Amino acid sequence: MSRMKTLLCAAMAASLATTAATSSAASDPVKIGIMLPFSGIYAQLGEAGRDGLKLALKEQAADLHGANIEFIEMDTEAKPARAPELASAMLGQHEADFVIGPVHSGVAMGMIKVLRGKDTVMIIPNAGAAAATGPLCSPNIFRTSFSSWQPSYPMGKVALDKGYKDVYLISWNYGMGRESLEAFEESFEAGGGNIVKKVLMPFPSTNFQPHISDIAAQDPDAVFVFFAGGGAIKFVKDYDAMGLRGKIPLLGSGFLTEGTLEAQGDAAEGVLTGLHYAEQLDVPKNQAFREAFNTEYGHYPDIYAVQGYDAGLAIADTLNQLSGDVSDKQAVISTMEALTINSPRGDFTFSRAHNPVQNIYLREVKDGANVVASIAAEALEDPARGCKL
Amino acid sequence: MTTELFFVQLINGIQYGLLLFLIASGLTLVFGVMGILNLAHGSMYMVGAYLVWYFATVTGSFTLSAILSAILALALGILIERVLIQRLYNRNHLDQVLLTIGMIFVFNSLQSILFGNDPYGVAVPSTLDGGIPFTENSSYPIYRIFAALICVSIAGVLYYVVSRTRLGMLIRAGESNREMVEALGVNIKSLYTIVFAIGVMLAAVSGIIAAPMRSIVPGMGESVLITCFVVVVIGGMGSIKGAFVGALLVGLISTFSSVLMPSMSNMIIYIFMILVLLVKPQGLFAK
Repeated sequence: MSRMKTLLCAAMAASLATTAATSSAASDPVKIGIMLPFSGIYAQLGEAGRDGLKLALKEQAADLHGANIEFIEMDTEAKPARAPELASAMLGQHEADFVIGPVHSGVAMGMIKVLRGKDTVMIIPNAGAAAATGPLCSPNIFRTSFSSWQPSYPMGKVALDKGYKDVYLISWNYGMGRESLEAFEESFEAGGGNIVKKVLMPFPSTNFQPHISDIAAQDPDAVFVFFAGGGAIKFVKDYDAMGLRGKIPLLGSGFLTEGTLEAQGDAAEGVLTGLHYAEQLDVPKNQAFREAFNTEYGHYPDIYAVQGYDAGLAIADTLNQLSGDVSDKQAVISTMEALTINSPRGDFTFSRAHNPVQNIYLREVKDGANVVASIAAEALEDPARGCKL
Repeated sequence: MTTELFFVQLINGIQYGLLLFLIASGLTLVFGVMGILNLAHGSMYMVGAYLVWYFATVTGSFTLSAILSAILALALGILIERVLIQRLYNRNHLDQVLLTIGMIFVFNSLQSILFGNDPYGVAVPSTLDGGIPFTENSSYPIYRIFAALICVSIAGVLYYVVSRTRLGMLIRAGESNREMVEALGVNIKSLYTIVFAIGVMLAAVSGIIAAPMRSIVPGMGESVLITCFVVVVIGGMGSIKGAFVGALLVGLISTFSSVLMPSMSNMIIYIFMILVLLVKPQGLFAK
């Protein structure tokens, strides 16, 4: 059932046709492997990431010094078991210079197993697993999204600032869920907050009603959760249906209300979340990016497109500084490390573990949109625990 | 756990169990009568949910969308039985498994092509929106009470039809001896078409009813399929009464276990299933 597909992208070559063929790199294309899910539950996220990546490289075409870009696309199907095999193919058979992927943290672990310490530069455009820029960090692994710690850590302080003393925590019992709750606990307990109860449900169970009844019975000052996708929609709707909205404030890691607001409807109004992006973020680059994306693809981008776009910017900026020559891998890594990415989320740099040092915004759902209320944490750097870089 | 919370969870468990029954009833009906193991049963649940979402966005009326979707599901059931399932009556279960697993992939791809991969939600119909005061700070959503009542009614109708009507007699006769029923001049072919189509419709109707209470996402069919099989196996393959009791038990056990020991709750219904099978290898109400 291998759905691997290899696509040679001629569009890039066409857009570069005017550049004189003085650069030696023109004959030797820069190979960008894309390992994202194009089928299964994360297909939409994979497509958004790829579209963002390609848009960035198209916009920056003039800065690539004539380098030809060759894309190699593989569908990870968000299946961790297949990740090492696909990553090996990117490394051996295709000799990719850059590998962009994945969406799913489990797949990230499989890819890192193969790519860690190799010459190919891996850029993660979503998966937030702490380990990728923690114990498993490596000179050739970068991330343009977030670590699971980043969106949740500032929310502990937000809860304290709002005067919430007793908070109920609930999430799924998997990496992202556990790490998000721990990050919240870290800042919340440090500031004197009390965790009433911490529930880790089996993933991907969405039988929330018993837990919401329990929340009502415990009557905490606030609830903090990590849920995403379909589970996020159902949790927010159930919370509202059981009459708790407006009585016990609901806080979350930003994915609770990302790409889900239309389906959640009124049930999401007033939910507070922390994230490194918001669609209506008032940054000039954001507006320009949103319009350019819409012109190119006929719909507005989401956060996954932003993260893919920034992976594209990282490659384009690196190529620009190296005059299109990626043969010296040490130079590629040291150039990329020092970049400031002019992202739609606001400028960011890379930490020593190669994770973005970025603002986390506090957003409140108002009239069906995540409205930025304040900057919850400025230039927040993941602690990168266990990273030896 | 306080007494009050205990009763709250009891109601949660019964409500969850009733919905499980509705999903599982079609599966047990089709297996019990026709001997067809329909692994695509969960896909029919997904079809119901997606159809009602689609029609609700087009027409704006949940009731109209629900009726349209149920009729379409019935037609889809007839089509699948006539075109595909009919070829399998004389084959073994492995062939049925192959075909119906294939159908899961086909329906998932169709869903992706027709409706995309974004998660969707259906709004609760305005007449059933809101809740009744329940505990000090929470309320119980009216729609969920309504959904539970619909499930109970369908269970009643199903029980009545199978045990008290001529169609039910034929279904039960066909179950025990297909050739004899045929020899007596009954058109067993169309009887099977009807039963299969009803099975599909029951799955779709549960998807329709569940739609306002859950998120409509790719793969939602597979997530209910396994729980359905647990219900049917506990209750006894082919027994409507068994499916009803099994569903309530699974609903209650998973509700209480998820609150009392969340980390184990996924395992507990399987442990319960194993215990039931140790005592009653054919399930609680097997014939």
